[in-house]
Amino acid sequence: MGWFKRLSEGIQTSTTQKKEAPDGLWQQCRGCGKTNTVKELSNNYLKCPDCNHHVRIGSFDYFNLLFDGRYKELFKSIFSYNFLDFEDVKSYDERLESANEKTTLNDALTVAIGKIKRKPIIIAAMDFAFIGGSMGSVVGEKISQAVDYAIKNKTPLMIISKSGGARMMESAFSLMQMAKTSVKLAELSREGIPYFSFLTDPTTGGVTASFAMLGDLNFAEPNALIGFAGPRVIKETIKKDLPEGFQRSEFLLEHGFLDFIVDRQELKDKIGDLLHFFSKS
Amino acid sequence: MVFLEFEEPIEKLYGQLEKIMDVADQGEIDVQDKISEIESKIRNKRKEIYAGLNGWQKVQLSRHPERPYTLYYINQICKSFTEIHGDRYFGDDKAIVGGLGKIDGQSVVILGHQKGVNTKMRQYRNFGMANPEGYRKALRLMKLAEKFDLPVICLIDTPGAFPGIEAEERGQAEAIARNLVEMAQLKVPIICYIIGEGASGGAIGIGLGDRVYMLEFTWYSVISPESCSSILWRNWDHKAEAAEQLKLTSEDMLGFGLIDGVISEPNGGAHSNPEKMAKLLKKQIKKDIAELSEVTVKKRIDTRLKKYNSMGRFKTK
Ligand SMILES: [Zn+2]
Repeated sequence: MGWFKRLSEGIQTSTTQKKEAPDGLWQQCRGCGKTNTVKELSNNYLKCPDCNHHVRIGSFDYFNLLFDGRYKELFKSIFSYNFLDFEDVKSYDERLESANEKTTLNDALTVAIGKIKRKPIIIAAMDFAFIGGSMGSVVGEKISQAVDYAIKNKTPLMIISKSGGARMMESAFSLMQMAKTSVKLAELSREGIPYFSFLTDPTTGGVTASFAMLGDLNFAEPNALIGFAGPRVIKETIKKDLPEGFQRSEFLLEHGFLDFIVDRQELKDKIGDLLHFFSKS
Repeated sequence: MVFLEFEEPIEKLYGQLEKIMDVADQGEIDVQDKISEIESKIRNKRKEIYAGLNGWQKVQLSRHPERPYTLYYINQICKSFTEIHGDRYFGDDKAIVGGLGKIDGQSVVILGHQKGVNTKMRQYRNFGMANPEGYRKALRLMKLAEKFDLPVICLIDTPGAFPGIEAEERGQAEAIARNLVEMAQLKVPIICYIIGEGASGGAIGIGLGDRVYMLEFTWYSVISPESCSSILWRNWDHKAEAAEQLKLTSEDMLGFGLIDGVISEPNGGAHSNPEKMAKLLKKQIKKDIAELSEVTVKKRIDTRLKKYNSMGRFKTK
């Protein structure tokens, strides 16, 4: 399997947690604290073999997992720049540059087309490693173009969300991406083309409050943090501790905001089934 | 009167004015000329100060405790108004109000965030921070407008959607997202006016429209300057700097093409002459309704879609 080989070479986005050791790369599990080798994780769909914690992975990890390594990236040549001359402790330019160096990605969302169980699907996947998966103009524009592509080719669309929210350094422009993606999804919906929203850890802020909650089906990986406000903000506001499991996938399922939760191991089969279900031929 | 920090010179002039009034009360000297002189000084000083306000000062003005809120404008603008309550699922949110109004014979559905006018009411209105049922009530009102072919007027004034446990349980994110996708395709005109604070998702949740205007001394941003400071600078001390960086003023927003116009405020801001502000707002609302009503439904929705789809700046290789 194509993705298997790639995964063995190293997980795309978790460099900060990786440790060099004499016998290869290791990673400490954020779920149970156990140390797993990258190979162990790769053999287990990038999940902890002990506690089933789903490691945060990147767009290309999902493409490899779902498309068996056979896909074509779309809208590669769109990228962000510091059009507001935004500067906090660092300039936005510097942030973009270091994110690009760290991830080799252009921005926090990558779009690809491929097939799952012989059915074509467009997948737009977010990368948390790129400025916290934040949504700026590029994320919005790629989703917009992905919708146009889906309509033109009558192909279902899936967005894999993984984001801290809107990108502050693009200020109101990033806020407007909530509107932009929503008007485009309204267009897709009118054409009767399926849109699956797949929410992964974490999905918060303006991303949740726009396209991530607007799927014909909304589903999530287990134990993913999903919410509007971040838990820290809520805690500071209400000055109370948050209940166990608050804003996790299972909590959202219980409260009626997810259709189902899917284990990464079953993801490909599940999406394949959905594509066959919605396919008219 | 409440004076903001940068209004100190005006406050001093008012102090002088008061002293002269005291003298006048004793009735021995004619001080009319002196009073006129100081009043004129106040007007000029105001004009001077207000012409040079920075982003953070405008943010402070947008939060001025005497600033008029949604219900004030509704009552000034509409000859008759029937407030309607509840989202039909959970409850009635007090931070978003709305109902059926008549503006010089034109029926409209008008709604907006509502802040409280005193300490007790500020609690009651949850400081203008809506819960999901507020957004769902707003949507119910919009669908009612659509059914009866009436324009929708949204007045925006919120420090953000409420970040609370129950808000999350009841789907704050879903409520806002649903509004966005429904407002994108609503068949009747939607016109939005930012009358105070336009903070993030809480604002845009009732803020997607054919036209969006800002009153002069309001702000619109993805995040408040305070939160931006605390996240990017890791403390609360950089809010003024954050406000500059976020370029959140009405002037900035118009320059970016993200809004359709700015409505000038009276000298000294909306709170210094609320009646005049309401008149100016009413005039703009009537103009917008008239112009948008002439456009076909299809054209209006297409234009709306194209407008939002064109928002964003990026480079292509
Ligand atoms: Zn584990």
